[in-house]
Amino acid sequence: MEWKFTDDIPIYQQIMDIIKQQIASGELAVGEKLPSVREMALAAGVNPNTMQKALAELEREGLLYSKRTAGRFVAEQEEIKKGLQEELLMGYIETFLKNMAKLGYTVEEVVEIILKHEKGEEKDGQFN
Amino acid sequence: MDNLIKCEGLTKRYGKNAALWNFSVEIPAGKIIGLLGPNGSGKTTLIKSLSGILMPDAGKMEIAGKEIGTETKKIVSYLPERPYFSSALRVKDTLCFFEDFYGDFQRKTAEEMLKTLQIDTNSKIGSLSKGTREKVQLVLVMSRKAKVYLLDEPMGGVDPAARDFILKTILTNYNEDASVLISTHLISDVEKILDEVIFIKQGKMALYKSVDEIRMEEKKSVDALFREVFAC
Repeated sequence: MEWKFTDDIPIYQQIMDIIKQQIASGELAVGEKLPSVREMALAAGVNPNTMQKALAELEREGLLYSKRTAGRFVAEQEEIKKGLQEELLMGYIETFLKNMAKLGYTVEEVVEIILKHEKGEEKDGQFN
Repeated sequence: MDNLIKCEGLTKRYGKNAALWNFSVEIPAGKIIGLLGPNGSGKTTLIKSLSGILMPDAGKMEIAGKEIGTETKKIVSYLPERPYFSSALRVKDTLCFFEDFYGDFQRKTAEEMLKTLQIDTNSKIGSLSKGTREKVQLVLVMSRKAKVYLLDEPMGGVDPAARDFILKTILTNYNEDASVLISTHLISDVEKILDEVIFIKQGKMALYKSVDEIRMEEKKSVDALFREVFAC
């Protein structure tokens, strides 16, 4: 089965995160129609009730919307996608900096190393 | 809406041992429920009682408002722990059996699934491997348009890839107002398709909660909680 889930968080929340990522990355396009709950549940290998709950929550957050008979769609506003991207970005940065702090690096050092890494200098610098 | 399955004070003794002891539960429609417990905790006894092939010594049971009997057998699809077809039968004979026995059997659905599994309906049951026999049995059971599916260890003897197929089969075939009760040891495999779990311990209900609640409150999977509750 396709989607991977971790142990400590309710599955519907993990589904919400995955769909948010799909919207942010454009895998699900702005305004795109989603498959039926059942199809999505099957693709993810989860209970349809769980998928339904995740989608209803996403709808409440304004990331998806329903048209009465036509089905469920990704919200059409570009700002929503932007917002999601930023939210995810901030999340990644936070975890990243936390991990770096554990290793004893300050934010300034990390920034410096990242810039060096980008230039392809990491080999003769920090990591030898 | 009324609950689909109701058990009240079920007790079943085998000699001195009580397999079920004053067991009560109400299960709503439209849910997939895991019946989890260690060996000998009473899972199979409960399932057999609900399917009408065991008479409990005490207590009451109802399915869709009816006492267990011919009427409930029409709407209950039961997968036993072990496949029961004679090895002399061909797969297509078992299809005929189900067609004769159960008015809600969808032969087409069954045939399509067998085709996906590349099981030849002309094969003799005896010539099939244990895992394949289990798959045939599950295909038959899930091809009924039943109200209640009672699945006793549906994945006992099959490989991980086939387990995925089995889970998919269950997800695809149960309809929204039916409930599925699955007894299993392979918790981590089924966890994501379950709405709720029942922990059964020495014939008594130890816990009945939704999977989300368990994960939220305990910050761990059902599998991890099970290992804790039933640690030896």
